[in-house]
Amino acid sequence: MIFGYAGKFLEVNLSTENIKEIKFDDDVLKDYIGGRGLATKILWDRLGSKWETVDPLGPQNILLFLTGPLTGFFPGARICVSGKSPQSNGVVGSTVAGEFAVELKCAGYDGIIVTGESKKPVYLFIKDSDVEIRAAGHIWGKDAKQTVAMLTKECREILKSRFPRYGEWKEPAILYIGPAGENKVRTAVVAAKWTHAAGYGGYGAVMGSKKLKAVVAKGTGPLPEVADMEKVKQLMQVVCENAYESELWRRWGTGSAGYEVGAKTSSEPIRNWQEEWHDEKSFGVDKFENRVWIKPYWGDFGCPTTCLKIAMVRAGKFKGAITDNPDYELQAYLGTNFGIFTPEENVFLASLIDDLGLCGIQTGNLLGFAAELFQRRILTKEDLDGLEPKWGDAKAFAALAKKIALREGIGDLLAEGTYRAALKIREMKNVDVLQYAVQSKGIGIGAHGIRSGKDYPQIISYACSVQGGDHTSTAGLPLDGSGSELVEIFNDSAVYCNFNSFGLSRKVKFDFYKAVTGLKLTQEEWCNTKALRILQLQRAMLLLGGPDLKWNPKIHDDNPPRFYEPLPSGPYKGKTVDKAKFEEEKRRYYEAVEWDENGIPKTEILRKLELEDVDKTLEKLRR
Amino acid sequence: MTVKKEPIWIARDLAKCSGCRKCEITCSLFHENRIWPEASRIRVFMLVPGAEFPHFCAQCADYPCVEACPVDALSVNSKTGAVFVDKEKCTGCGQCIDACPGRIPHMHPTEGYILICDLCNGDPQCVKVCQEGEWNVLKKIPRKNYAYKLYARTPEEITRDLAVKLYGEIGEKFL
Repeated sequence: MIFGYAGKFLEVNLSTENIKEIKFDDDVLKDYIGGRGLATKILWDRLGSKWETVDPLGPQNILLFLTGPLTGFFPGARICVSGKSPQSNGVVGSTVAGEFAVELKCAGYDGIIVTGESKKPVYLFIKDSDVEIRAAGHIWGKDAKQTVAMLTKECREILKSRFPRYGEWKEPAILYIGPAGENKVRTAVVAAKWTHAAGYGGYGAVMGSKKLKAVVAKGTGPLPEVADMEKVKQLMQVVCENAYESELWRRWGTGSAGYEVGAKTSSEPIRNWQEEWHDEKSFGVDKFENRVWIKPYWGDFGCPTTCLKIAMVRAGKFKGAITDNPDYELQAYLGTNFGIFTPEENVFLASLIDDLGLCGIQTGNLLGFAAELFQRRILTKEDLDGLEPKWGDAKAFAALAKKIALREGIGDLLAEGTYRAALKIREMKNVDVLQYAVQSKGIGIGAHGIRSGKDYPQIISYACSVQGGDHTSTAGLPLDGSGSELVEIFNDSAVYCNFNSFGLSRKVKFDFYKAVTGLKLTQEEWCNTKALRILQLQRAMLLLGGPDLKWNPKIHDDNPPRFYEPLPSGPYKGKTVDKAKFEEEKRRYYEAVEWDENGIPKTEILRKLELEDVDKTLEKLRR
Repeated sequence: MTVKKEPIWIARDLAKCSGCRKCEITCSLFHENRIWPEASRIRVFMLVPGAEFPHFCAQCADYPCVEACPVDALSVNSKTGAVFVDKEKCTGCGQCIDACPGRIPHMHPTEGYILICDLCNGDPQCVKVCQEGEWNVLKKIPRKNYAYKLYARTPEEITRDLAVKLYGEIGEKFL
């Protein structure tokens, strides 16, 4: 057994209600680590041969909650949620911060594999090795805050009654879905606390399809044994001291970016990316700090940065709205992208999105798309059930978000996400609305534009990523450079918060891995073999796609059309992505990761990585 | 210069707690050489998001837990003022939990004896990490004659107070 792992995984079949413990060979854990890497391996082994036929929202899909060996040790704990994505039809490693991963490891499990689907709403309650499937009918339909309150109370009462002499029970940790997940909205999240979310991938919809309202865990054991505790302690200190250095990062989190990414780097989505520059000082971080932040430092297990801030609107028509920060992504996607530039409206929308269990990024992208169609009179007030999503109208956007979460009226169509909704509207209206869909492989693009060249520097960031529009996993060259997806795969597979590694030498991560697991891993070995293998597997499943959509690299390994339009305003006015340059970059990337001219992984590299079965399966795409 | 050990108290400004749980981590590393949140003598409750706080011994002047122990497993360290748990004597009966106005002691998850803050023999590790990160929820001060016992309140009561302080009247409904 390798140090740093609890050593076993929980497998729960919701159709048969069978619960068992399983193990993976050390070799599998050495190669795929955990989190995103291991998810990719599990999904390929179990579903690879029939990938195209597996409906992400059907009982065949597998839902994964996976920690990694560094989880709980590397400051800032997260857990990786995965499965076949109802957004991309590929695999997305979607991580969420919080206490759940630590509770799970302390309960003795490295992860949970959920198969099948329940007939009735249920939740899973894990107390160390006692695992039970419990009825969740009474929580079904509840929003984020109600769900957390009800489950916290209920599970603490169970613990109290079963262990009356233990003393007071600390709350168990909860991963759950809101109404959007229940209604299989493709932009639904798996949430933690009130505001934390695994958004990319759409796994809230997968939980909903399985009628799994929540997973609750309380572990009373220690985190697993490590290879070298003294070294682990020392490295924890290195990471913390590095984090303590960045005063503004701690003070503002990403909250300063709502103004700065627009004003300084011209790369913020504004009115569905029609612009990327603004100079709205009403959206400055000082306004958030002085008007709505009521808790200046808020963090999760072991975090030295505590970049989160709790925000609440104290006065005015949005009084009572609560969320965190919002962080940059949500300032942009639930603010500037709607032509909204006040903290109060932004907090109101983020709070509502939390409550509904929607992804702020994906839903913000989707609503911005719908509003542009309204602006262009492609979608009318009648199409939108009487709503008029005009830029800047927070209430109209809120009303539309509710319809999406509940799949009411036009919300049912929009609940399919930006790309799928665009295909339907194109058919309905006979207008090429895909030109307004700012997404890649079914995943709305994160709030960092590439046109100005001052933010995300690589023009292939999203187009060549195996996780589409995910701004936390972008393609880039060189393959061992800081903008490379291979490097990001390590964060998501060892599973910890990357925000606590900013400014650290990459060696610290590999040293940390060795101190915890006892296994030596070099940057070369990671990038040339292990991460590359995970990338090829993700690429293979992305290209196999299905059942409703498939990606053709010749068409879909591309930027959204909007990114070829010149920026209309600001200091980088006129700048855009040059199509010829993009094609050349893409060719260089294909060459580096050894994909053929059609974007399919080559036989040679797959064999070299011992992925012969993948090679065989991809034959059908090569023909 | 050697510092004379005198009774101390850990002052606490609970509303500042970020919920990072570094106090729990460091406490369990110090006492168990493992990261073991449930075996920590200080535990961060987060019954309501935002209303996180460390729950640990308030060192009441009259030490009701020590009084309540039927087997004399608990005693007061005269140098630091901390409650000392004699692991050999403790039977895990839980009477100290009931005697504590804040129900603060809890059972070691595997060893069957009670866990109470021992002030790390006068050099509390939780205070160090909290100060190092500049959250400053915890602070070591000389023990005087104040009503420290007030801080021995149940997690529910503290949560309610903090939630209302943070969120106003709607704070109540999150419990």
